Amino acid sequence: MSTPDPLQRFDPTAPPSRVRIKSDALPQTGAAGANVHGHRFAAPEVVFDAQEVSVFYGAKKALTAVNLGIRRGEITALIGPSGCGKTTFLRSLNRMNDSVASFRIEGQILYHGHDIYGGNVDQVEVRRRIGMVFQKPNPFPKSIYDNIAWAPRNLGLKQDLDERVEKALRGAALWDEVKDRLKDSALGLSGGQQQRLCIARAIAIEPDVLLLDEPASALDPIATGAIEDLMHSLKGRFTIVIVTHNMQQAARVADRTAFFSLESGTDAKSVGTLIEFDGTETIFSQPRDPRTRDYVTGRFG
Amino acid sequence: MSSTVAPAAPPTPRADRSRSRRKKADRIGDRVLYGICLAAALLAVAVIVLVVYQVVHGAAPAISKFGLGFLVDTTWQPNFGEFGAGSLLFGTVVTSSFALALGAPIAISIGLYLSLLAPTGVRGVVSPLVEMLAAIPSVILGFWGVLVLAPFVHEHFEPALHGSLGFLPIFGAAETTGLSVFTASLILTIMVIPIIASISRDLFLAVPKDLQDGASALGATRWEVVRGVVMPSTSSGVIAACLLGLGRALGEAIAVAQVIGAGSEIHASLFKTGDTLAARIANQFPGALTELHKASLFYLGVILLVIGLISNLTAQWIGRRFGYRGATAR
Amino acid sequence: MSGGVPDPAAPLTPSGNLRRRQLISKVTEYGATAAAIVAVTVLVIVIYTVVARGASAVSLDFIFTAAPTGVGPALLGTAVIVAIATAIAMPLGVLIALFLTEFSGARIAGPIRLTLDLMNGLPSIIIALFVVQMLVKPEHKNTAFAGSVALAIIMLPLIARGSIEVLLLVPHSMREASDALGVSRWRSVVGVIVPTALGGIVTSTVLAVARAAGETAPLLLTNPVANLSAFSVDPFGELPSIPVRIYSLSEEGNPEGFTQAWGMALLLVAFILFASLGARALLARSKRKLASA
Repeated sequence: MSTPDPLQRFDPTAPPSRVRIKSDALPQTGAAGANVHGHRFAAPEVVFDAQEVSVFYGAKKALTAVNLGIRRGEITALIGPSGCGKTTFLRSLNRMNDSVASFRIEGQILYHGHDIYGGNVDQVEVRRRIGMVFQKPNPFPKSIYDNIAWAPRNLGLKQDLDERVEKALRGAALWDEVKDRLKDSALGLSGGQQQRLCIARAIAIEPDVLLLDEPASALDPIATGAIEDLMHSLKGRFTIVIVTHNMQQAARVADRTAFFSLESGTDAKSVGTLIEFDGTETIFSQPRDPRTRDYVTGRFG
Repeated sequence: MSSTVAPAAPPTPRADRSRSRRKKADRIGDRVLYGICLAAALLAVAVIVLVVYQVVHGAAPAISKFGLGFLVDTTWQPNFGEFGAGSLLFGTVVTSSFALALGAPIAISIGLYLSLLAPTGVRGVVSPLVEMLAAIPSVILGFWGVLVLAPFVHEHFEPALHGSLGFLPIFGAAETTGLSVFTASLILTIMVIPIIASISRDLFLAVPKDLQDGASALGATRWEVVRGVVMPSTSSGVIAACLLGLGRALGEAIAVAQVIGAGSEIHASLFKTGDTLAARIANQFPGALTELHKASLFYLGVILLVIGLISNLTAQWIGRRFGYRGATAR
Repeated sequence: MSGGVPDPAAPLTPSGNLRRRQLISKVTEYGATAAAIVAVTVLVIVIYTVVARGASAVSLDFIFTAAPTGVGPALLGTAVIVAIATAIAMPLGVLIALFLTEFSGARIAGPIRLTLDLMNGLPSIIIALFVVQMLVKPEHKNTAFAGSVALAIIMLPLIARGSIEVLLLVPHSMREASDALGVSRWRSVVGVIVPTALGGIVTSTVLAVARAAGETAPLLLTNPVANLSAFSVDPFGELPSIPVRIYSLSEEGNPEGFTQAWGMALLLVAFILFASLGARALLARSKRKLASA
């Protein structure tokens, strides 16, 4: 299993910034214009810019005043103890929380400068551009081929569908394992294969962003390694945001890491809070906040 | 499932006398309770077998007289001792398939609405209302059919459908009353809708949420999620529900007898009278005088029983297979 | 990137074919909503008609006197017939449910469940024919009892199924607790399991009663010409009943008879709806109680 040193993986050209990334301090998409691909050494472009984001479920506040910028082509990890709001935050990025009746959000999440929760925003369009892979592999009860081809067919991407399916499966490092049984049910695959299939399914429609919600938590170490390798290979092509409870995993794959924690709010109820957001190396070796240090060292120690 | 009964627990060697007497009483108690429960269960099986036997037995004189020709013979003249089920079979097939063709899409849509679309508050009100529709006795629905629906159909539907779609022979000229195959089919439609709707609602509710999330995270619209994920993973259950609804429509005697007009001829037009197997039995049995007439009505019952059992068994078989597959898919 | 993939920086309004797809989705959503509205509307129209036309007929005289002023004998007859049917079906249904939940192995449970499902699917007219052949023909005598037996066959699977559901909800811990105390199976069934599930058993019986009260075909074949002008509770003679009376009046075409039929329909619908709504509410409550236990 490849476990590169996070120090080496960390991009030194991206200057570590403080917890708050001011949206005006970074170039907006509109300004960046055609400057889209592979410009790792130019000023990084911000894909998501969360401004004072608070999330409520009914009367309960789940997340408070998060300010966070996510850069194009990078892998951003969200870590923290369970219940700290990291998954809530992730699911807010592509409006997956909308189906929860009591869900309410305050503040703004800008996606390339557009408010995700803006008035004329189409939820389906949001998810078409911001794909998501879930904690538990959830392949459709269809053939392997149809699992991948389903979304492109919906979108009208019917040309060269076979190539698209192959490309997606290759992209998810699954092609060699399934190329001879594309017509078999996806439910016959192993857990790790199913999860890679779900990733293949997500990248088949070429989204801009991939949100991964603890994608390896239900998998064994070998399958986990395969998913991590896959993330490395997808890096750059997609902006990736991953929620993980596994700190080594964050250290291995992420460029930047956000640490969330449950803190007592003003009314003595605990609420998910962003404690620190910085380059992964900084978070794991010289965190500024003692709470981050306790969490990071506690688990490593 | 609960474990099989083990009435005879191993006795402890050192058990004293009163304890062992009590143990013995308990053993007898267990056996007795097991015995009556088993007897009740076997009685239920016996009833099903007896139903088939007695209905066939009652039909024996007609079966030996008319043989299988009964199925296609369309004459039904009690005064001349001439009986055939042809036109009744036709009427049964027409009314039931009409009811299913119209009712199933509506009912499945209601199931979708109640499981995936309706806000929780609305669902809590509409769901019991749909089930109340199933609780209305058929005789009342039939009575309403005679006095409210039939005149309405006669005055509005018949002229309109004949006027716009009259080139189709099924929409013939309006008749003297609204008592017709068409009205009977509408009543049956009302009866099958709540059955299919409540089963399909439960099926759709059981589709795992993470599958639906997975689909919508791929930029699918609500309908695409339904079409691509919800319907395929419930299709066999929905088919089973439709078969159960069909069984209900095939077997409904009273409401159909009230509104179909008891005609004995085969017509292309739905606006003419007709009759079904079940309705003919309800209509004529109380007044049947000759043994052959009664036996012929029993023969209709045999046909109904065979069709009904086939559709029911198919539904059960599909349901069971589906249940199994559903369990492994999770 | 290939065609069909939106520019990431574009506004989050529908791109590509999404506008058309959303339209299709909206249309189907409206269609499904309309279907639900249709069903509710039909229910409202039926209930409204029954209430509007039946209310004028219903009075104390209507309920308590015999023909020609009232339908008392038919009400009483229905009550007697359904009561006997319940007395037959309820114990049998509960015993079958106990057999399936407490005693039987999977191998024998399968056929018995199938039997219940088939029994539930039997058209009532077939059950009517069976009872006629079995009970009426040998004696050459129509009896209310024969009608009760037919109704019992209709009720049995409903009671059994409802009881199975609640018995399965009885917490395993309760069974284990009795087993651990060395309590024999029958004592724990009689002393713990059935009492715990009793609420659910009673409500499913009420639901079955509501269903049986409106059944017409079995009574039409076994009690077609009952006496409407005298009160009787003798199950071994013919008894009049509400559903059969509505049926006969609907075939007669006499306006006064229609009014009377609407009145009876109102009584029947009111009983059925109150019974089933009340039972459902109770069932939901006792299930919740069991589930949380």
